[in-house]
Amino acid sequence: MAKHHIEATVNGDAVEFLCETEETLLDVLRDTLNLTGSKEGCSSGDCGACSVLLDGRLVCSCLVLGCEVSGRKIETIEGMAKGESLHPLQQQFLKSAALQCGICTPGVLVASKALLERSPNPTETEVRYWLAGNLCRCTGYDKIVSAVMDAAAVMRKG
Amino acid sequence: MTGRARFGADYNLPGQLVGRVLRSPHPHARIVSIDTSKAEALPGVKAVVTRADFADQPSEFIPAGEMMMNYKDVVRNVMAREKALYEGHAVAAVAATSVAIARKALKLIDVKYEVLPHVIDVVEAMRPGAPLLHDDLFTAGVEPKPDKPSNIAKRLEIKVGDVEAGFKKADLIVEREFKTAPVHQGYIEPHAALATVSEDGSVELWTTTQGHFIVRAHCARLLGLDMGKVRVTATEIGGGFGGKTVVYLEPLAIALSKKAKRPVKMVMSREEVFKASGPTSGATVRVKMGATRDGKFVAGFAELKYQAGAFQGSPVQPGTMCAYAPYDIENVHVIGYDVVSNRPKVAAYRAPGAPISEYAVESVVDEIAKKLGLDPIELRMMNAAHEGTKAAYGPKFGPIGLEETLNSIKKTEHWNTPLRKWQGRGVASGFWFNIGGETSVSLTVNEDGTISLMAGTPDIGGLRAALASVAADELGVPVEKVRPIIGDTGSLGFNFLTGGSRSAFSGSMAIVEAAKQIKSELVARACKLWEAKPDQVEWKDGAVRPLGALAEKVKPMTIAEFAKISGKLGGPIGGVGRINAQGAGPSFGTHLVDLEVDPETGRTTILRYTVAQDAGKALHPAYVEGQFQGGAVQGIGWALNEEYIYGEDGKLQNAGFLDYRMPVASDVPMIDAILVEVANPKHPYGVRGVGETPIVPPLGAIANAMENATGIRFTELPMSPPKVLKALTDKGLNKA
Repeated sequence: MAKHHIEATVNGDAVEFLCETEETLLDVLRDTLNLTGSKEGCSSGDCGACSVLLDGRLVCSCLVLGCEVSGRKIETIEGMAKGESLHPLQQQFLKSAALQCGICTPGVLVASKALLERSPNPTETEVRYWLAGNLCRCTGYDKIVSAVMDAAAVMRKG
Repeated sequence: MTGRARFGADYNLPGQLVGRVLRSPHPHARIVSIDTSKAEALPGVKAVVTRADFADQPSEFIPAGEMMMNYKDVVRNVMAREKALYEGHAVAAVAATSVAIARKALKLIDVKYEVLPHVIDVVEAMRPGAPLLHDDLFTAGVEPKPDKPSNIAKRLEIKVGDVEAGFKKADLIVEREFKTAPVHQGYIEPHAALATVSEDGSVELWTTTQGHFIVRAHCARLLGLDMGKVRVTATEIGGGFGGKTVVYLEPLAIALSKKAKRPVKMVMSREEVFKASGPTSGATVRVKMGATRDGKFVAGFAELKYQAGAFQGSPVQPGTMCAYAPYDIENVHVIGYDVVSNRPKVAAYRAPGAPISEYAVESVVDEIAKKLGLDPIELRMMNAAHEGTKAAYGPKFGPIGLEETLNSIKKTEHWNTPLRKWQGRGVASGFWFNIGGETSVSLTVNEDGTISLMAGTPDIGGLRAALASVAADELGVPVEKVRPIIGDTGSLGFNFLTGGSRSAFSGSMAIVEAAKQIKSELVARACKLWEAKPDQVEWKDGAVRPLGALAEKVKPMTIAEFAKISGKLGGPIGGVGRINAQGAGPSFGTHLVDLEVDPETGRTTILRYTVAQDAGKALHPAYVEGQFQGGAVQGIGWALNEEYIYGEDGKLQNAGFLDYRMPVASDVPMIDAILVEVANPKHPYGVRGVGETPIVPPLGAIANAMENATGIRFTELPMSPPKVLKALTDKGLNKA
């Protein structure tokens, strides 16, 4: 069967690609567009390592088909830093040692950014439940949750 | 952080093929025949490998982290030979031009199985008449040598004093049997490997591993290659915890690439990770302890039966070593059994073997405290191992920090906060011996005075940052001027793997050694330049300094200044540290946990958690805290939810993150970390390994808190909601 021709926006750039019907958005990002920052941990939507924003909504890109994103806006970890300057969340994660191996970090950062966009002053509980879809096996979550709350405070000050 | 770090599955080469593995659907079956002809004929299939592509290996035991394995088994685990020994055991592998073709090819491989009866449980596997996995496996460590094969690979014991005499002196004896479920390391990054074999037979391999030198050794051995021809690069690693210390895909990818004459990339699915890569052992453990009326432990006995999976080599030995290590007891006897069954071969998991045996002992210690009416911290303090204690497994401890961790827990506000109904508090201590081992690093001073640091142990949780800070400190340069990288197997001498809490300990010792060479070289160059004698100059605070009268003639010179003129004076500057690190200091920890049980659902919520552990000296305190917190949360998962669930058919029923329930952010509270620092005298900075110990105490601490909350002593892990609810209902504790 012929491949589908899709046009979409990724991190502000217009992209077009061909994909098989069964290819996921994650496959397209990683294998076709060479954006390997989104990680594949489970392919079943349980680990959150492939988290991206689709028209501003947090999704697991392993659960979205490539052909579903026609005309839509995708934001990945690669678009989070603006040029030379890291996003306040990225800065805070570095400062607080909120990562160890780093494999979950792209997904956690994308998810945290989505949280702070809708809730600039989240409680610890809110952060924990929002990030419940992002597995981290190294940190025990402590420094991640603190870093998100500290970054929120920094961002509120502008 | 930015998405640019490259992990195992992020590497690609031009012309690469997709490699996929055909796995046994049966837990135990003889492989009668494998016909690959139809798969090979499928357009787009470039290579197929089976057992026929791997030469058999003679029996030879080699160290695998803190455990042992046998090459005869390694070759059978990467590719089944006579039999498939667990569901998911690799039977064949293909390389094809696309995922779809590779999948189709797997379906075209015709494997004829003769299905055999299987055995999953460790106690059942030990019974006479149980289905035998290996007809050439005779129990080692028993006299006389058995004349019949069995599933018990090994019996081992450690013994000090006379436990029978000890029990006679006891006023109280507590004996209990415990069961723990196998749990997976749960790294978020699946195994991945990319191999390319050139026409002259040299191999390049990129893989996610805790030890690329070990991968090189195994691949060279299994494929009959010279080590020098195999270059392995460790990619960024997305968690390992011991599970990435062995080979699975790597030899297959190389064999496929050799046949196909193209690069081959292989990545496991999560289901494959659960079914075919190592969890740690489940176990059955019997503990019997005796104490006097005033709380002195007089005897400790334990019998440990550990699952090895399909091939021998469970962590039962470290389990026996660690069981009673936190206590100063005159009479100790621990017996261990290494037992095979139709499960994936276990791999190391953070302090391999120790959480299981120490969980059982810490549960009994708690029961003794309760029966004697003693405070559980006081009881531990009374019996705690200290400097000079001779551990049952052999060594006499130097300065250790167990008492300090108990003291610091006792002083916390946490310990002194009141609890409500259905809430409970538990405490437990834990121990890991830590290892050193072979380590090579290099320090190169670049022309502009910046430093390139190369280490050969993959960085999983901040190693590069820790080593860079040591190098900066030793050489007196700002830490930003040190760029640490992990070198490939062609760039450095042999390095044992990252494991056993060794990499920061040994790596920093090797850096000190390498820096010493640089400093003495620069001192020599200064003597030449200044026409001075060695006693007229010294290295201090990042520069070679003239002493006495010479100081009036010349100015001190920094590393950068020497680097600038190295073309004229002495050439390139650098040092290498090649050591076999000794003197790893054991690390003790004590954990304190509060939890609440929901009587209606049996669900347990962790309310509060405090870790105190001896780090010797924390090179990078935030990362050390991170080790404490991460280990504690892995332990919480082990204690409350994680387990391999098998059906009667011998197949794993929960091979995914939805049903294999690891802790998520909303399951846990903040984890308070107290860094105790009792310097390790054998290390230049006083460092002890810190990574392993934090997973040891949580199992016991949580079981003890459960008892405190419900009055029920749970002796089976995990204490999952259905189990807890049933126990509460059976006792009529949760009637409305």
